[in-house]
Amino acid sequence: MIAYIAQIAFLCRKEVLAILKDPANRIILLAPAFFQTVLFGYGATFDLTHVSYALLDQSRGAAAREFITRLDGTGVFEREATLTSANQIASVIDPGTVLLAITIPADFDQRLARGEGATVQVILDGRNSSTAATAAGYLNAIAQGYNASQGAAPPVTIERRAWFNPNLNSRWQIMPAMIATLSMLQTLLLAALSVAREREQGTFDQLLVTPLSPLQILIGKALPSILVGLVQSTIVLLIILFWFRIPMSGSPVVLYLGLLSFTGAAVGIGMSISALALNMQQAMLYSFLIIMPLTLLSGLLTPIRNMPEVLQLVTYINPLRFGVDVVRRVYLEGAGLADVATDFIPLLLVAAVTLPLAAWLFRHRLA
Amino acid sequence: MRSQFIVRLTALTRKETRQMLRDRSNLMVGLLLPVALILLFGYGLSFDVRNAPVALVLDDNSAIAREAVSGIEGSRYLAPVRVDTMARAQDMLQSGKVDAIVRVPIDFSRRQAAGRATIQLILNGIDSTTATSLEAYVSASVSNVMLRRMDREGAMSRGGSITLKQRTWFNEASISTWYLVPGLIVLVMTLVGAFLTSLLIAREWERGTLEALFVTPVRPLEIVLSKLLPYMVVGLIDLATCLLAARFLFQVPIRGSLFAIVLASTLYLAVSLLLGLFISGRTRNQFAASQVALLTSFLPALMLSGFIFDLRNVPIAVQVIAQLLPATHFMGMVKSLFLAGTDWMMVARNCTILAGYAVVLIFATRRTLRKTLD
Repeated sequence: MIAYIAQIAFLCRKEVLAILKDPANRIILLAPAFFQTVLFGYGATFDLTHVSYALLDQSRGAAAREFITRLDGTGVFEREATLTSANQIASVIDPGTVLLAITIPADFDQRLARGEGATVQVILDGRNSSTAATAAGYLNAIAQGYNASQGAAPPVTIERRAWFNPNLNSRWQIMPAMIATLSMLQTLLLAALSVAREREQGTFDQLLVTPLSPLQILIGKALPSILVGLVQSTIVLLIILFWFRIPMSGSPVVLYLGLLSFTGAAVGIGMSISALALNMQQAMLYSFLIIMPLTLLSGLLTPIRNMPEVLQLVTYINPLRFGVDVVRRVYLEGAGLADVATDFIPLLLVAAVTLPLAAWLFRHRLA
Repeated sequence: MRSQFIVRLTALTRKETRQMLRDRSNLMVGLLLPVALILLFGYGLSFDVRNAPVALVLDDNSAIAREAVSGIEGSRYLAPVRVDTMARAQDMLQSGKVDAIVRVPIDFSRRQAAGRATIQLILNGIDSTTATSLEAYVSASVSNVMLRRMDREGAMSRGGSITLKQRTWFNEASISTWYLVPGLIVLVMTLVGAFLTSLLIAREWERGTLEALFVTPVRPLEIVLSKLLPYMVVGLIDLATCLLAARFLFQVPIRGSLFAIVLASTLYLAVSLLLGLFISGRTRNQFAASQVALLTSFLPALMLSGFIFDLRNVPIAVQVIAQLLPATHFMGMVKSLFLAGTDWMMVARNCTILAGYAVVLIFATRRTLRKTLD
């Protein structure tokens, strides 16, 4: 038994050395996790902070001024252009100079003074329909605020509370999911290349004639990749905690149990690819081919509930779906092991299928 | 002299083409990937909330309370379920069975008469995007019903009120597929480049075949071009697939010039393939090359090119980095060309930038092939 484990340890050591002996590899496996987290932390946001608009004020009255003051007072809306005729709207919307154009009609003040309803016309650039919808939502809130101040609001207010993310900050939604996503991409590829490289260089056959069993080879090759994945996840986690200061509610133990199962499943997929591929080019192609759907169907960017039912079913074999769910819920909700237990089942199943499959393929797929 | 160049280039290109065709995994991925991505993007990704489950807790079950939430029941965005107790609703929110709780408190009708009633809305902030949409839908449906009621009772307020009249240009119905599918072309072109070419030179360095090539009269520029051309053909087939799917499968309008779209895509494809070649020549190591290709292609094109996240809202430093990505220039152009129409000034500016990248990358890659042994 001790000899068995020692053999695995030797292979592990050799693998770690093979990965890390090249300083370029060390940088590639550690630095990107850092830079990407910072970059995406700032770049990946659905929140609007700068909405550039063009104003066409045909009324020039006090009520219009009051409305504009409210608009500018948000700090989000920034007037980029002041128009004098409706013909100019296209010239600022088309090239993307402004996201929206606001027209206040000539009868605006008179109508409000008479106690009638007045309209503000808004033209939005729909090239990014999410951004347009969000900006429209902000504008609606401003109009309602104006109406309320005039005593014209319907006598019902909505008291909003958001659990787990009180300010509905989209960074809180995206970044914890990155703890799983960023490490998966590189780890899966790392695992996929590990056997393929030996096959290409002809050293894998030598490995097969050693006293090592396929299971030992598998463990010896999988462990270093899992380790790299966990180190990367930790880098991402630390940046989110201490740089972006997104408070973590859950237990680190549950988080890491989730990450371990998730990374195991990702490495299992990578090792299976590696066992199937005859050279590094193929291993890379198959990895990229699978990374894409895993990412897009994970709920990372768009909610799974918005997907058609067929694709929702497909997501049940996607480890990233459950990895993202575990980290998000443990991190933001403070979910305990019992709460996320159902996420572990698919993760462990994927690992339990792919890892032995890889070991079996080692012997049965010889070029 | 010139004809020598053509002769050698043709011979080399033929060799590269044969090599490409020999490993079927190359072609399979090169041609199947776009189809898979088109289906995923067109059908799988959507920001449009439909039938979001919402728990409805009526602690006040009066007629007016029911009327206040009646709009929620009629909304096509929301799928309300009546829940008896708040505790039960909270369980459902916690376990993800519902995305939000709408609660009409016990004193609703009493306070409504006094003009200061409240409805509580509790959202699951984990998915803040959906939560924000839900807040807008709930608030709009409640205030519509209540405004209509006030109107009916002739209790319209002292002052007049503002309503917004919105029109969304380029995407009237706000279908997110319309902006995701043009972005897909960028992603496919980026990936084809990264997949197919990033190992080409590194593999030859590792196997020593490049050194063998150096003893022939072949010049570095000819090697670069011969590796570029076969994959350009694959990429252009992918482009045609994407355009056909966008137009006929997803009915995304192509309002701009098709010529401009094809021109811009071809330029971007060249940039993307050359970037793969450059990475390959620079790293001389297949492992490093594949990792660098992954890191510089997929995620930046997805996260930083303005594909999903609007670049207007990111800090200047990130905007600068995004502007350095060729994908960003192609993304803005292709979205406008699809949905808005042809702004030739913008096309010219962005195409010039892309052509600039292509030229720089050709020479940078050529440099990585200097005939030196180390």
